[in-house]
Amino acid sequence: MAGGEGSAVASVPSAPLRTRVAAKRRNVGDFVFKNLTLLFAVLVLSLVFLMAYEMYLGSRPSIEKFGWSFLTRTIWDPVAEEYGALPFMFGTVVSSLIGLLIALPLSLGIAIFLSELAPRWLERPLSFLIELLAAIPSIVYGLWGIFVMVPWLRTAVQPFLGKTLGFLPLFKGPSYGFGMLAAGLILAIMILPIITSISRDVLKSIPDIYREAALGIGATRWETTRIILKNARSGILGATLLGLGRAVGETMAVTMVIGNRPEIAASLFSPGYSMASVLANEFAEATTAMYTSALVEIAFVLFIVTVLLNAAARLIVWSFTKRFSK
Amino acid sequence: MITPRTSYDLWRKIKNALMAVFSVLCVVVAIAPLVMIFSYTLVQGIGALNLDFFINMPKPVGEAGGGMANALVGTGILLAIGACIGLPIGILAGVYLAEYGNNRFAAVVRFMADVLSGVPSIVVGVVAYILVVLPMNHFSAFAGGVALAILMIPTVTRTTEEMIRLVPHSYREAGLALGLPWWKTTVRIILPAALKGITTGILLAIARAAGETAPLLFTALGNRFWSTAIDQPIASLTVFIFDYAKAPFEDWNRQAWAAGFVLIALIFVLSLIFRYVTRSRYVER
Repeated sequence: MAGGEGSAVASVPSAPLRTRVAAKRRNVGDFVFKNLTLLFAVLVLSLVFLMAYEMYLGSRPSIEKFGWSFLTRTIWDPVAEEYGALPFMFGTVVSSLIGLLIALPLSLGIAIFLSELAPRWLERPLSFLIELLAAIPSIVYGLWGIFVMVPWLRTAVQPFLGKTLGFLPLFKGPSYGFGMLAAGLILAIMILPIITSISRDVLKSIPDIYREAALGIGATRWETTRIILKNARSGILGATLLGLGRAVGETMAVTMVIGNRPEIAASLFSPGYSMASVLANEFAEATTAMYTSALVEIAFVLFIVTVLLNAAARLIVWSFTKRFSK
Repeated sequence: MITPRTSYDLWRKIKNALMAVFSVLCVVVAIAPLVMIFSYTLVQGIGALNLDFFINMPKPVGEAGGGMANALVGTGILLAIGACIGLPIGILAGVYLAEYGNNRFAAVVRFMADVLSGVPSIVVGVVAYILVVLPMNHFSAFAGGVALAILMIPTVTRTTEEMIRLVPHSYREAGLALGLPWWKTTVRIILPAALKGITTGILLAIARAAGETAPLLFTALGNRFWSTAIDQPIASLTVFIFDYAKAPFEDWNRQAWAAGFVLIALIFVLSLIFRYVTRSRYVER
């Protein structure tokens, strides 16, 4: 558009010389400005590829030595220089799934309330409160986790679960407080805002004519909501994937409550370790090149997983909103 | 015919009411941890805050008292480095997306910026370690700043774009009608009009970066002594919270809460300002 405007002026043959010169300079200014900003846009774009490339290089020694078995081995022995990431991947997957399992129904409930039920005066401040949850730094969640949530789990929740559901392997063993359950719970609180706010946007983007049609033939509020939900399915899936991506990469709060022990246990009460936590705890102390390389490979895997999750989620949400914005 | 219909209708109404109650319950359950975390940090933090916290250095291990003056300054320096690198990149990329962004390439940039904002901050720390710490051969404030810059870029890019797009189109038309070239219209009319929103958006991005811990653990590392050199390890509030929260000394735990309170207060105040600024202008659009 910019170039078109300038060149249209310049191409008028009878324009006085001064105007033509000014038009030309104008084009140069536009050219420089456009390409300067373009350069920085390219920079942002290439950052993602630079990150991937650097981490690939950094993890090469580990990839060459261990190959795919890096992802399936349970040994983590810096002294013997033997590394396998399975316990960390297990911890990340299990804690994220617990978080998702708790957060998803809650988020959906809130999103339905915000978009379908709440009066306008209540919706705005409530949305803001939920967004504030997302603004609290991870480290403060961790602080609260250590001093409030973990003691509560240790003295109240875990003994209760052990007594009532202790016959399941999930709830066996001594209650330390620190462990998978704590990590999952704090992740649930942390990913709730993102799933909620995106689900709310998704629900709101469904045209009112759907609601009017349903209400018009005598459906109740809930029946109307079910129709809305059915139409919003893919958008909600996108919101869920975004939440999962957030949970998988969450570091500080998880590190502070998960117990930091690289073992694979069936019980949710037992301590675990996550990919992000092992990076947080061990990266600064990695003494040998192979140790660092193994940790970089964990970061690389984490990067790939989160990029894929985010890309899929954004595409889903994007195509969803595009479908209804017409 | 009538009886089954009314009983079915009754069931429908009950179900409707039940689901409404359920969704209100969800809101209550979700707000509860927010209130708990906020009030707990408030109570613990205000009780722990004193002048010492702001003006004194950390005491040796196990000794009570002292403060985090070096961490306050350190966080400031890290943010300044991050802002110096990240803001120009983010703002100019955002200007491009808003001004020339109606093409496929811009859509890809937008998409990648969103994806970048989903990359875990600890991974960004690893990248900063590879890019800066390894070549320099030691931990440094600069490496921490680079990590924070990478984290700020996507937020700043997208906020800048959004804020520019909020400026009514008539502003640009007025500028162009006066004979200003496109870029001058952008720089002299559109950007000043969007300045308030962009500034608060940037402040919010900086505040978020102030709360980051993971990318600093093995870039800026942390430092118990006074240091303002950018090629040396430097202290930061968040890394102090991490160390002090795990420590077995009550006084350190107290100071961790104080630092947590300072962080939350900073971020919440900026969030409120951001919300106020972005909603007070051009809402009718």
